[in-house]
Amino acid sequence: MTARPKLAVWKFASCDGCQLTLLNCEDELVPLAGEIEIAYFPEATRAVVEGPYDVSLVEGSITTPADLERIHQVRAVSRRLITIGACATSGGIQALRNFADVAEFRSVVYAHPEYLETLDRSTPVAAHVTVDFELRGCPVDRHQLLELLSAELAGRRPRIPTYSVCVECKRRGAVCVMVAGGAPCLGPVTQAGCGALCPAYSRGCYGCFGPQDTPNTRSEADRLRALGRDEVEVLRMFRTFNAAAEPFRQESRRHEAARQHPGQEVAP
Amino acid sequence: MDTRILTTDGLQALVDALHARGFEVMGPVVRDGAIAFGRVRALTDLPAGWGDEQEPGRYRLHRRDDPLLFAFAAGVQSAKPLFFPAQEVLWRVRAGDGEASPTVELTPVAVTAGEAPVAVLGVRSCDLAAIGIQDTVLLRRTYGDAAYALRREGTFVVAVTCSHPADTCFCVSMGTGPRPGAGPGPAAPYDLAMTEVSDELGHRFVVEVGSDRGADLLAELVARGVDAAEARPADRVAADRVVAEATARMGRRLDTDGLKELLYAAAESPVWDEVASRCLACGNCTQVCPTCFCTDVRDVTDLTGGLVERERVWDSCFDAEYSYIHGGSVRASTRSRYRQWLTHKLAAWEDQFGMSGCVGCGRCITWCPAAIDLTAEVAALRDEGGRA
Repeated sequence: MTARPKLAVWKFASCDGCQLTLLNCEDELVPLAGEIEIAYFPEATRAVVEGPYDVSLVEGSITTPADLERIHQVRAVSRRLITIGACATSGGIQALRNFADVAEFRSVVYAHPEYLETLDRSTPVAAHVTVDFELRGCPVDRHQLLELLSAELAGRRPRIPTYSVCVECKRRGAVCVMVAGGAPCLGPVTQAGCGALCPAYSRGCYGCFGPQDTPNTRSEADRLRALGRDEVEVLRMFRTFNAAAEPFRQESRRHEAARQHPGQEVAP
Repeated sequence: MDTRILTTDGLQALVDALHARGFEVMGPVVRDGAIAFGRVRALTDLPAGWGDEQEPGRYRLHRRDDPLLFAFAAGVQSAKPLFFPAQEVLWRVRAGDGEASPTVELTPVAVTAGEAPVAVLGVRSCDLAAIGIQDTVLLRRTYGDAAYALRREGTFVVAVTCSHPADTCFCVSMGTGPRPGAGPGPAAPYDLAMTEVSDELGHRFVVEVGSDRGADLLAELVARGVDAAEARPADRVAADRVVAEATARMGRRLDTDGLKELLYAAAESPVWDEVASRCLACGNCTQVCPTCFCTDVRDVTDLTGGLVERERVWDSCFDAEYSYIHGGSVRASTRSRYRQWLTHKLAAWEDQFGMSGCVGCGRCITWCPAAIDLTAEVAALRDEGGRA
């Protein structure tokens, strides 16, 4: 029998929810451990098997000078590097700092801001090192995570669609909350993966999985306005877990500008 | 068997008789603020006293002040998923233990085993025409779809005249309604077709027979003493009036004259750019269309590699990956995807299958989150063509 591939799970600026998604794969953890050697996973075990690693899962965004150094080390010891979750793939909710002045936050929040070393912006892993695959979600979906690992093990392309949440929503037979309820929903511009979880429970999509492959955020924003949302509400819808994903960033910028300079078209 | 009149009690007896014959009866029910297909055991499951309002990008239910059971337009989905599910396994292979050979489960036998045959109650004329189109697309080509064939074969269809078309409806333009099978459109295979009537003679259903099975079921009801009198001239007149009134209430119109040529000539029209600026490329139109049949086929393995499944899922020509071939997507822009969808639906479909791919149900208009209306887009192409 050939040696099992070695898996490492790394954490940067994040809430640990994506790592917990892996731990929540209760029925699959034992078969997974049979196929793959869990070599480095501090969230689960203190035992450490030395690298290099065949597959690294990276959670979290890059927000400190130390992160910046460490992500290069992770890349160096990983054959395949896969980012998991909105933080690692777009900068996460903490990328809200990208729209503001971090020095000001620091002085307001901390008694001794001089002890703090932080970067001005929260950035995705791919902004710094080569990433082999980005798994979206806040948090990631366990079925997608298992599909990704199964594909890695089989050496095949993972089945992770990049189309909209609407496709999944219709497939599961849910009634459109936007059309039938007038609810603000980011489903049309958001990538599938969650199984249309929120719309299936009569809530609009929050955009946890980031932009779909062809996102028309401007048309989406026009529809949200037509449904009665004001500029600030539209701005806030695009500025959540994937605020720094480029199409969402541009759209929120547009509404910020529209609020500051009503009636003028401002480039994002 | 002649045209018969059923009361609401008679319709309940018909539902009971279908259950007794082993059918799962699926019909319109109210779910999450819309009319959807669901299980029907008693007439109380049906949307009695509910009506709908539909316009581009908007759908709302409202209460009506009458007891009508079918006084609404096309629901959230057609009957399509009953025969052509959004996701199904085509085959699966399990690795054998040790030296044992792998076991292969070939569908459709495996997937359809244990599924009760479906009786569709209250399918309206547009959706019936769509079933006719899907039969052509999925069964009458060189290689038929075996799972679809198995599901369709056993189906019993009780159609209904659409008495309350929506603002988004245009079945009259497409020759598919509002009376089941009455238009020049594609074959609309039904066993029984009913028209719901409520006037001074009472609330009743004028039931026409479309097949031997339909006649047989109706004869069984008569033999059991169910009130199913032969239709009087007044009943036929009342049913015709329902059809005439619905025809007059069509919310939209699609000028089909020379449509294929118009679309083929409009490939480079600026209208596509304009619609692409609004189109969300979300795929909703294709997911609610009763004739869209595009699917994706992919293999999945489990963690251990001991199980491999080939799955088929609904796909959409609005997805970037749909047209992905080596090197990239053939249709990278939303403009090209919308053009592909509309041109295939209304023009290329004729060359491919000898009929239009649109039945005028209006779902793509209602359920478009961006409120795009294909009848307006065709009109814009026509205007633009006229100016050129």
